[in-house]
Amino acid sequence: MTQPAGGIRIENLRKVYGQGDTAVEALKSVNMYVAPGEVVGLVGPSGSGKSTLLKCLGAIIEPSSGRMTLGDEVIYDNAWLSTDLRALRRDRIGFVFQAPYLIPFLDVTDNVALLPMLAGVPNAQARLQALALLKSLDVAHRAKADPSQLSGGEQQRVSIARALANRPPVILADEPTAPLDSERALAVMRILHEMALQSHTAIIVVTHDEKIIPTFKRIYHIRDGMTVEEKGEGRSIGESAVQVKVEAS
Amino acid sequence: MISLAARDIQHNWAKFILTGVGLGLLIGVTLTMAGVFRGMVDDAQALLNNSGADLWVVQKNTQGPYAESSSLKDDVVRSIQGMPGVAQASNITYFTMQVSLLDNRIERETRAMVVGIEPGAPYLPGQPVHLVAGRHLTQSHYEAVADIKTGFGLGDQIQIRRHVYKVVGMTQRMVSSGGDPMIFIPLKDAQEAQFLKDNEAIVNDRVRTAANPIFNRPSVPGLLEAVQNLQTSSHNVNAVLVRVLPGWRSEQVAEPIARWKHLTVYTRANMEEILVKKLIATSAKQIGMFLVILAIVSAAIVAFIIYTMTLGKIREIAVLKLIGTRNLTIASMILQQALGLGVIGFVVGKVSATLWAPVFPKFVLLLSQDAALGFGATMFICALASTLAIRVALRVDPAQAIS
Repeated sequence: MTQPAGGIRIENLRKVYGQGDTAVEALKSVNMYVAPGEVVGLVGPSGSGKSTLLKCLGAIIEPSSGRMTLGDEVIYDNAWLSTDLRALRRDRIGFVFQAPYLIPFLDVTDNVALLPMLAGVPNAQARLQALALLKSLDVAHRAKADPSQLSGGEQQRVSIARALANRPPVILADEPTAPLDSERALAVMRILHEMALQSHTAIIVVTHDEKIIPTFKRIYHIRDGMTVEEKGEGRSIGESAVQVKVEAS
Repeated sequence: MISLAARDIQHNWAKFILTGVGLGLLIGVTLTMAGVFRGMVDDAQALLNNSGADLWVVQKNTQGPYAESSSLKDDVVRSIQGMPGVAQASNITYFTMQVSLLDNRIERETRAMVVGIEPGAPYLPGQPVHLVAGRHLTQSHYEAVADIKTGFGLGDQIQIRRHVYKVVGMTQRMVSSGGDPMIFIPLKDAQEAQFLKDNEAIVNDRVRTAANPIFNRPSVPGLLEAVQNLQTSSHNVNAVLVRVLPGWRSEQVAEPIARWKHLTVYTRANMEEILVKKLIATSAKQIGMFLVILAIVSAAIVAFIIYTMTLGKIREIAVLKLIGTRNLTIASMILQQALGLGVIGFVVGKVSATLWAPVFPKFVLLLSQDAALGFGATMFICALASTLAIRVALRVDPAQAIS
């Protein structure tokens, strides 16, 4: 297994929508660094630019200026340096959404194996990798199930497995605990922390969820298009979360 | 790489199959319409084939006897029999009418083409070729040979105009160009049935002729009687069918007959052109219009189904795009589903058309090449119809997956 190195670094990232008098500066100057194996929170009020930042980090929209380094590779320097953003998203960025958004017509294994398959990994090998991930996330027993047969917590764990499937250096999690109750939300956060450490992945969690904010060691607040770094509580996610995981499984 | 289309179909198989069945019934109707047209052409060709004729001699400047009315004197046949290259020639009459079954228990009336032929000469052109039961006509009056499609049986009594005929033979695939089954009766009866009037009309005509001083001249005895006899007897036929001798070309035999000023002669090729390109041309265009409309309706339905199926998957498509699925993979998924729908629809349509074709009152001919063409057209229409959905899918913003 190759270890991703370098995490993600963002320097002076700026995004302006529109032109001239109607221009809106959504991101003014964003600076962030997330180390491999680290989970940081990105919090801010509505309209602060969280979604715009997430889309820029996810190579979904193009920033107006700045610089982004993923692992040891500069991917944006006032312009995208990669010509194939689709491949960049597929191979180097993992996504965890507010709702799991699993593909309903694929079983759990193939939902996870799809990414390696898209990257050209043979089906059998991709499925073996997927099963290993599902096992590490304690959902291997639902490997052949349809997503609709899974509980909310199980679905979210499968979506985390999918995000990790191509071993990306960074995972962007967009409100991953929003639809879950406190205990399940903490269980998901525990998994993210564990996975970050195990796979040396940098994880950015966009959240409003007061329940999980104390679990971050570092938090980036975004206000008026600018980020401010704060030290978080880094509270340990205790036995209760583990218990919930066991119950859910 | 797994087939996303196959997995989606597998996941929603009931919905997919039901949609395919609906489409299939529409395709079945389309194939049947094509079969109706083919049946009409085949009926026309069967009419010519089964007549056993190489030449049709008809009234000058008419396209008779099938496409237009034609009337010849029945002694023309003797002149034609003597022409070089003629093997056999026979008089024939055709007229289409409602023929009733005389049976107290059942009331049945069938539309049929009544054909007047020489009795006792089954070797002549125009005679029923394949008897499946009974015998050929042997008597000069009141016997009939009926096609099995008339629904009549051996020994049945049927009424044609004023006379009752006994069915003595059964034949098959003897139909008019319109697909009506044929009933063969003796030529003399047919001439009478076709050209003569009912008793009241004859009496009325006689009175009117007698009142005409031109025909009723005391100084010319027998004139009135001769005129009245002419009015009540018929020696006309619709055509003379000719079979040429082996080694002679039809055109070669037709050439001297065509020089006769009161006759027109058609070869098999001419007659086929008249039947297929003229007689059934309007019906063919009508069916062609139906086929075009059905193709458009099918395309619209497939496009609508695939479009709505795609709209129902917008979020999944956004996720697929976000995680790096190529546009080609997504387009291919939609195209494969449209083609899958087409395959299910075609199979259902072909099976339906095959099952219901024999129930149609007229001959429906389902040809393999039409089925192959229909399959190709279905696939093309499905592919075309999927472009709208593909367009929508390719425009989906991956950002839609992010709240």
